[in-house]
Amino acid sequence: MSLLIEAVYFIAAAVFIIGLKQMSSPVTAHRGIVWAGIAMVVASVATFGAPQITLDIGSINLQLMLVAIIVGSAVAYVSAKRVAMTDMPQMIAMYNGMGGGAAAAIAAVELVKLSAGAESHGLTVQVLAVLGAVIGAVSFSGSAIAFAKLQGIMKKTLRLPLHQVINIGLFAAVCVFGYLVATGHPVSFDHVIIFFVLAIVLGVMVTLPIGGADMPVVISLFNALTGLAVAFEGFVLNNAAMIIAGTVVGSSGTLLTQLMAKAMNRPISNVLFSSFGSDGGAAAEEDIEGSMKEIQATDAAIMMAYGQKVIIVPGYGMAVAQAQHKLKELEDLLEARGVDVKYAIHPVAGRMPGHMNVLLAEAGVDYDKILDLDEINPEFPTADVALVIGANDVVNPVARSNPDSPIYGMPILDADRAQNTIVIKRGKGAGFSGIENHLFYADNTQMLYGDGQKAVAELIAGVKTL
Amino acid sequence: MIEGLPALYIFMLSAFTGYEVISRVPVILHTPLMSGSNFIHGIVVVGAMIVMGNAEGALELSIGFIAVAMAAGNAVGGYVATVRMLEMFHTSKPAQESAKGAK
Repeated sequence: MSLLIEAVYFIAAAVFIIGLKQMSSPVTAHRGIVWAGIAMVVASVATFGAPQITLDIGSINLQLMLVAIIVGSAVAYVSAKRVAMTDMPQMIAMYNGMGGGAAAAIAAVELVKLSAGAESHGLTVQVLAVLGAVIGAVSFSGSAIAFAKLQGIMKKTLRLPLHQVINIGLFAAVCVFGYLVATGHPVSFDHVIIFFVLAIVLGVMVTLPIGGADMPVVISLFNALTGLAVAFEGFVLNNAAMIIAGTVVGSSGTLLTQLMAKAMNRPISNVLFSSFGSDGGAAAEEDIEGSMKEIQATDAAIMMAYGQKVIIVPGYGMAVAQAQHKLKELEDLLEARGVDVKYAIHPVAGRMPGHMNVLLAEAGVDYDKILDLDEINPEFPTADVALVIGANDVVNPVARSNPDSPIYGMPILDADRAQNTIVIKRGKGAGFSGIENHLFYADNTQMLYGDGQKAVAELIAGVKTL
Repeated sequence: MIEGLPALYIFMLSAFTGYEVISRVPVILHTPLMSGSNFIHGIVVVGAMIVMGNAEGALELSIGFIAVAMAAGNAVGGYVATVRMLEMFHTSKPAQESAKGAK
């Protein structure tokens, strides 16, 4: 029996890796997640017969376990089914936080057992339990804050005076109590409690000052951290499936985080330890030549309808306004008139890499028309109109021209190099980074003010009357 | 029992595997992939169940309950979110092609 269970865990771990591999290609991605899902169900069911636990039918443990599984699954199922595609990033943050919390809770039970006088399985196990606990707890509370910020529950980025000093102090305190718990013999119950409270507060404090624009990197980082926490608790519980799956997620998540941070030209340390704008004062103060020019939707529609080529640059504003379906309608109308329409996606447009692709796919845009930065940038000079909708920092030319700017060196979409640029924008404010966008003041740029969806609807109406 | 060097080997090889598997992913799949890997660490549900099965007393049972509920949420939520995202890629392509054919 024991060997059978071990075999199930082994196969599950292998299928997870294969599934992840398949998820890295659009053709096999769907199959990959389904396989991984089957492996997860089989592994979970097998655990009822695991040799580590002896469950009597009707025992309180089994009853509560089943209730917990049903409640957790039902809440997650309903929320994941109902949520709009635009809100996916924060849901990923939430499910990730739950995983981190679960890993921390596993450690908590083990440590509480030790404090009640259970026999220790050695220093290594205790250290790993503590490590997994810290990482899991930080990922849990940090993800909760990330969720609250993206969901709009928490609007402001809170920065206490001496925030970093406080964080360093907190981290040191977590280390001290972690050490006490890891080496405790026996473990003090009070230390365990203080340790967990400190770790949870640390996660909150680390995430609080991070701005919305950096959230994708942070969520990805927490995702990797949860994987690591799961792996450590896997060592504690001697469970190969948890070790392998957790480590694979930990390393692949780290790579994904690096890719994102690189696309934003923001070292991960910068994302975590300094906030945008705090070092960008100089750039914001400089003089900007030109002025913002407003354009009416009907004029903008004429410009696009009689052009040869239109490149649409969507950003988070499009997601907020749910304008992707209207964009698709506009695309169809323009194409019917023989205009070549393409979409330019910056790697960090939206709240996650690929976020825009997901939304456009939802609206039915053919993904051959959705192009990456490297592919589309040479095409901007030949475009008659670049239509920027809800994007800001990713089209800001100061990233190329001003070494003092905090976003200097970030690869941007060259929307300013199109013959004409039309920017759909709700108001005159600066982007997430708080940096003024020189594109808006350029001679060939005209502003179309209004909510994304409404503005595109006006453009559609404009094109239809021609 | 997995411990000592073999444990380190498993850790190291898994880490390299994760790195390799992800290294050639198109940007278009980054969000679904993050969601997918988020689902995969939902395997923590197995650990939560083991801990819950061995829990004694009200405190351990309560923490175990939370662990199982959250882990199940991680797994189910991660799965549904990933499938929803991937299905859009899945269905949009043929629809597009047939639309083109109609023109």
